[in-house]
Amino acid sequence: MAGQSDQLVKPGIGRGLLDVYGDRFLLKLLVRKEIKIRYRGSVLGLMWSYVKPLMQFLIYFIALGIFLNLERGTPNYAIYLFSGIVLVNFFTESLSNATRSIVDNRDLIRKIYLPRELFPVATVWVSAAHFLPQLLVLIGACLFVGWTPSILQIAAAILIFVMVAVLGTGLGLMFGAVNVYFRDSENIVDMIVMVVTWASPVLYVWTMVERVMGEWFWVYMLNPMTVAVEVFHWTFWEPTLKANQPVSDTMPPDLLNFWLPVSMIISVAILFIGQLMFRRLSVHFAQEL
Amino acid sequence: MTSHGHVAISCIGVRKQFVLRHTRSLKEALVWLVKGRKGDLSKKFQALNHVSLEVKQGETVALLGLNGSGKSTLLKLISGVLQPDGGTVRTRGRVAGLIEVGAGFHHDLSGRDNVYLNGAILGMSEKQIDEMFDSIVEFSEIGEFIDTEVKFYSSGMYLRLAFSIAVHTDPEVFLIDEILAVGDEPFQRKCIAKIKELAEKGKTLFVVSHDLDLVATVCERGVLLEHGEIVMDGDVHEVVGELRRRSATV
Repeated sequence: MAGQSDQLVKPGIGRGLLDVYGDRFLLKLLVRKEIKIRYRGSVLGLMWSYVKPLMQFLIYFIALGIFLNLERGTPNYAIYLFSGIVLVNFFTESLSNATRSIVDNRDLIRKIYLPRELFPVATVWVSAAHFLPQLLVLIGACLFVGWTPSILQIAAAILIFVMVAVLGTGLGLMFGAVNVYFRDSENIVDMIVMVVTWASPVLYVWTMVERVMGEWFWVYMLNPMTVAVEVFHWTFWEPTLKANQPVSDTMPPDLLNFWLPVSMIISVAILFIGQLMFRRLSVHFAQEL
Repeated sequence: MTSHGHVAISCIGVRKQFVLRHTRSLKEALVWLVKGRKGDLSKKFQALNHVSLEVKQGETVALLGLNGSGKSTLLKLISGVLQPDGGTVRTRGRVAGLIEVGAGFHHDLSGRDNVYLNGAILGMSEKQIDEMFDSIVEFSEIGEFIDTEVKFYSSGMYLRLAFSIAVHTDPEVFLIDEILAVGDEPFQRKCIAKIKELAEKGKTLFVVSHDLDLVATVCERGVLLEHGEIVMDGDVHEVVGELRRRSATV
């Protein structure tokens, strides 16, 4: 007897994320469905994906840039701020939607066997679909103030995008699986989302942290989002600076040759652990939901 | 009787128990742990107890029993939604079911989008759905409403479309739970005709229903479950008779 369909197999045991890759058509439909229904019945529709981050940007820019005068110490502070915000938004949206994805799709999970990893992965893709238009706005703003990035810088930004997607998927698998058993998971993620904007140098400059933390600064750098945001600054903000503008210490030491590989390893490890946890816990999803 | 081939579904010593957990918060679980695990955090319920069953390819099997006898649990174990606590369940070929009629539907999408989404959920490829699309719409009698959002459908239209997608998925093993929840009488007759057609094509059918007369016409073999155990397995008419006798004495 040849061919896999001729074998007796145990139903409901998948290969995890590999199955998601094998079922790209369904993944595509799930992503399209989410995008279609998110802003259903609203007049502005997908425009909300621009309006919200722009509002967030304006609040931070006025409060921190103008009132607290961070703008003076950091040239092109608007670019600095926005490049961090879009990346952190991508991460927080991925994570919080992936965490809820299993519980939200409980009707389906209770009745049909599908590779359950599909749901968190689909939400990360949806977040990416909301991230890309924001990225276009950022690039437009960068070009407006005179942006001349190198190929290496652009490659680094793409790498960071992939890394943040991996990190968001990994954490989303973890918290999404735990959320089935304990709905506290959602609240923990809400807290992480709140902290992450402040725990990476989005609103302020990393040197301010180093001044306070001193030799413990490496702890701050262990956060993959810190590294991700700094690389985004290197790609989008640094090439917009003019020669007469103060550019000393735009990047933390050893960012690209040490901290970037470290945070990539951390992200992949989190994805791996997330997948393991998800597989262990997903066995009883249907009866626990 | 048609000649039957290989084993399509094999259950060996399957056990399934459900935990009826009352708490859903981390705090209560922690408090329970700190108190030295005193008391039962949960109540257990044995849904299936040592069920062994073998279904050959091409067989049509009716799973009978009163409410709470474990029929739907067994169906979910075979479809892979649930995993057994003991024993093994194995299947050959693609298993799909009408248990999930409409489960993958989204109210805010059009009928067309839902056909694609639900078809993919039930394991069809893009090409298969493209080929089957007209046939699905025709069978469902939805007609011009296919591009209307599903939330504007009447409940009959909704079920007809869902059923139509499910019967077009063309799996080797078909799991059917309560076929008669579908539509008005003419459509029911059509569904039953379709199911019989599938049986004649040599598909394996595994049917759960409370409509005893109906299953007796669709299926050849009957399996009677009571309190999670198989009490009878044989010709469907005899099993139906036995179930009637038992329910009369209750």
